[in-house]
Amino acid sequence: MTALATPMAGSLIQSIDWQAVAPPLITAVVALGVLVAELFLPTRHKPLLGWISVAGLALALLSLVPLRDGTRATFCLRTATGAADRTACSYVADHFTLVLQLLVLAGALLAALLSMHTVKDDSLPPGEYWFLLLSSAAGAALLPAARDLATLVVALEVASLPAFALVGLRRDGKGGEAALKFFLSSVTATAVMLLGVSFVYAATGSLHLTRIAAALPQAQTQLKTLALVGAVLTLVGFAFKTAAVPFHFWVPDTYTGAPVAVAAYLSVVSKVAGLSGLALVAVVGFHPYGRTWGLALAVLAALTMTLGNAAALRQRSDTPHSAVRLLAWSSVAQAGYLLVPIAAAGYGSATARDPLGATVAYAMIYGVVNLGAFAVVALIAGRIDDYRGLFAARPAAALAMAFFLLCLAGLPPGVIGLFGKVVVFRAAVDSGLGWLAVIMAVNVVVALYYYLGWTAKLFQPAPAPVAPGAPEAPGTALRIPVPLTLCLGLAAVTGVVLSFAPELVLQITSGSLFG
Amino acid sequence: MNVILIVLLLLPLVGAAVTLVPGLFGADPAVAGRRALRFGAAVTGAALLASVVLAVGFDRGHSARMQATTDLSWIPALGVRFHLGVDGISLPLLLLTTLLTFLCAVYSLRRLPDGPGTPSPRAYTGLLLLLETGMLSTFAVLDLLLFFLAFEVVLIPMYFLIARWGGENRGPAAARFILYTLLGSAIMLLGFLLLGLHAGTFDMTALAHRHGRGLSHTTQILVILSIGLGLAVKAPMWPFHSWLPDAHTAAPTTGSVLLAGVLLKMGTYGFVRVLLPSAPGGMATLAPYLAAFAVVGILYGSLACLALVRPGAKGDLKRLIAYSSVGHMGFVLLGIATLTPTGVNGALFANIAHGLITGLLFFLVGALKDRYGSVDLDRLTASAGGTGAALYGRAPRLGGLLAFAAVASLGLPGLAGFWGELLAMFGSFHPAAGLSRSAYLVFMALAGLGTLLTAGYLLGVVRRVCMGDPAAPAEPSAEPRPSSAGPAPLPSSGLLDVQAHEAAAWTPLVVLTLVAGLWPAVLLGLSNPAVKALLGGS
Repeated sequence: MTALATPMAGSLIQSIDWQAVAPPLITAVVALGVLVAELFLPTRHKPLLGWISVAGLALALLSLVPLRDGTRATFCLRTATGAADRTACSYVADHFTLVLQLLVLAGALLAALLSMHTVKDDSLPPGEYWFLLLSSAAGAALLPAARDLATLVVALEVASLPAFALVGLRRDGKGGEAALKFFLSSVTATAVMLLGVSFVYAATGSLHLTRIAAALPQAQTQLKTLALVGAVLTLVGFAFKTAAVPFHFWVPDTYTGAPVAVAAYLSVVSKVAGLSGLALVAVVGFHPYGRTWGLALAVLAALTMTLGNAAALRQRSDTPHSAVRLLAWSSVAQAGYLLVPIAAAGYGSATARDPLGATVAYAMIYGVVNLGAFAVVALIAGRIDDYRGLFAARPAAALAMAFFLLCLAGLPPGVIGLFGKVVVFRAAVDSGLGWLAVIMAVNVVVALYYYLGWTAKLFQPAPAPVAPGAPEAPGTALRIPVPLTLCLGLAAVTGVVLSFAPELVLQITSGSLFG
Repeated sequence: MNVILIVLLLLPLVGAAVTLVPGLFGADPAVAGRRALRFGAAVTGAALLASVVLAVGFDRGHSARMQATTDLSWIPALGVRFHLGVDGISLPLLLLTTLLTFLCAVYSLRRLPDGPGTPSPRAYTGLLLLLETGMLSTFAVLDLLLFFLAFEVVLIPMYFLIARWGGENRGPAAARFILYTLLGSAIMLLGFLLLGLHAGTFDMTALAHRHGRGLSHTTQILVILSIGLGLAVKAPMWPFHSWLPDAHTAAPTTGSVLLAGVLLKMGTYGFVRVLLPSAPGGMATLAPYLAAFAVVGILYGSLACLALVRPGAKGDLKRLIAYSSVGHMGFVLLGIATLTPTGVNGALFANIAHGLITGLLFFLVGALKDRYGSVDLDRLTASAGGTGAALYGRAPRLGGLLAFAAVASLGLPGLAGFWGELLAMFGSFHPAAGLSRSAYLVFMALAGLGTLLTAGYLLGVVRRVCMGDPAAPAEPSAEPRPSSAGPAPLPSSGLLDVQAHEAAAWTPLVVLTLVAGLWPAVLLGLSNPAVKALLGGS
């Protein structure tokens, strides 16, 4: 972790709560293990690496269970008396952390299942692939637990750097271009963020979020501007990760250039990691500036959902990769919805409800159904027009896809998608952001147009096979790879169960997530 | 009792799920299709039976009280309760829904649109049952968010019914239907949240009990504007009606019947169930505007119909009935806007009457379309020498039924259409205290003018479709028809009269139209105590 946690006086050895840090740690250790193991495994056993990674992620998920009280913290600063100051820790495993770690690790698990046949079919280097995926997941799992700016930046980079490589791993021109685009824009954002962090440190004298929050109101007058600029620049960095406007243009090209499994991973895990960082910095660190960034984030949310939906509407269904491109634009729009409760948190609602819970709950719902939709795309791929007649050919896959799309649209029978939107709307109405709620309502309707158009295609009759040379499904394509089935089944079952018992996920919204 | 209500809601839902089970109806597509349709008829029949049992067990002496209630916690985090119940307002609507759905299922046994590109009857059955679930739940739930959920459930099945089984121009019509309704309902959800968060509960009975206490006037106005928009699109209220004619013209017969017969009622039911009792102060302020829009709708609908019925206007009969629905629903909204028990009772009565009569009309027009291949009034007329389609001569029973439905729709005393509109106008003769009486008198006069216009176009329809010389040969078309792209000439003789399955589907509607017309107390006695309770005992 960071050296900042070491105390200035007294013993240089501090006790580490290994159990609290287990989820990211296990993931990281398995990542290294896979990388080393690849060297010694004979080629025919290479597919085992994938299952080892999945097992590692499952183990990391299990390690969340003993932490469920949400009271653990480690790497804490010392107070003057030498006791650990529980309010200024670098790593906190509260409910916010645990829920997001659950989402990130489960998302990575599904993405790993999705990757198995990609790794084989595209003959990607297995050791590298699994190592990169797990490293990125470890970073993403660390991020929600981090409570100081240095750890946050490190975690964000651990989550992003392997992702660039993952995008570029398919060694064709497209992958390279996509990776470069992703890399350059991301690095710029990181540089801007680091500048912001240094400004904030200069103005407040601390990197710990709680101490920054305490120091901001007391900052010297000549440093006030510096602190504000620093806060804005820091938030910009995280906004990039969530693909908020105007940092969204890399999304479609990157998603289409990357293997579908990686695109799925980026759209859920990377986005959620960025979002949790944004929420932490804004809500915990820059709390005194709530009104300012609340308004900024509200505008950002409105722009993000509107532009994302507008671009998705313009996406033609007959161009190559249109399915992934549409999901990419839709994920931009969904990021807009996810930002709404964070913006609402800036306004500090009068009720005891924490608006942030709505973001987390919506993120979980979005994660499940979006990964499910990507799983179907991984199965069929290609253009949206190729989905015509899917119901006749593969009823189960078509029904699952229809369910996922309707969940994303928020329309029954996708009940859980509907209630996800309801909690977001409630957060906005609760904190007086009525205008944002209306914009979001209009956006939800606009988005329905393309989701429903795709859903309707699933049930249309299949076009008559035009030419024998057309890429019609060869005999083997009718068999769905086992890991893919598993991923699809998990996502569908979770979605259906949540539709009948929304309380399972919505209970997050009823209390405060911190402490 | 409450078990019956739950069974009633679960039956179609489970039925819809069963149609998804692969291979259940056999391997042969034709046989499987027939079996699926029979299965649909059986399930909707069972639902009808359950609703009849519910009605028999209903305590008519206490129709203001919620009966057959179930109240369970579902999503505590959102405060959503699984709260069901029926009273004198919702019971008739539940019966109407189960009846019309069953009749549609029976009708579809023989007359399901098929052909290349049309999906299997199994999918049709599944969608019909899902639709029924949504419609029934809308009338049975007592929680705002559940109401919203039920309101949305009907969208997807109706979208697919129009988009997959519809006539020409079905794609855009279906998209228009769902986008309009969804835009309205998304705003409506914001209104529900505003209402629920300010009042502290989403429970409709609790909200009705409070009568707007604790809600500021501004909040009430905002609530009514946002919720009312969603309901007004569904109802549909002028000027939000423009999705309706397209949807009806493109929809298959059963889709039209359920759209006009039940889906439109969900909008007006929401006005009575949610807005009237929960935000009475806001309603008092906004009621004159609602009434004005309603009257414009009445006039607009009938004028549009008059324009369509003119010779040479190429008026589509389905579109005409859709516009007439705009007018009839205008009467319902006018009744609600009077805020008096008389007017609201009239509105609820007109709701049911419109469901019966317009359902019958759409069935009849569907039958005409089956026989002629078109319901373009000009082409129908041209099939018999330009004087009229001469249905009386060629298919006397069909012609007689059409004339019956038309005069019922124009509000002939003794038939169901009469009482609702009369009571709505009575209500606006003596609007609730605090409303401008002179304005309402003007509304009443204009609505009366609307009934005249309605009579005008419906009699025009009867003249052009039913009358005429059956022996006259088809008139050569006035305009030169392009040889290949033009529609095939309509058959001029050998029309089938009413078939057995048609008679089975239509007879109940005819009988109930008569019963409701001759004995209105059956319905009014049920709704009156509940309406009085909702209006706060005024």
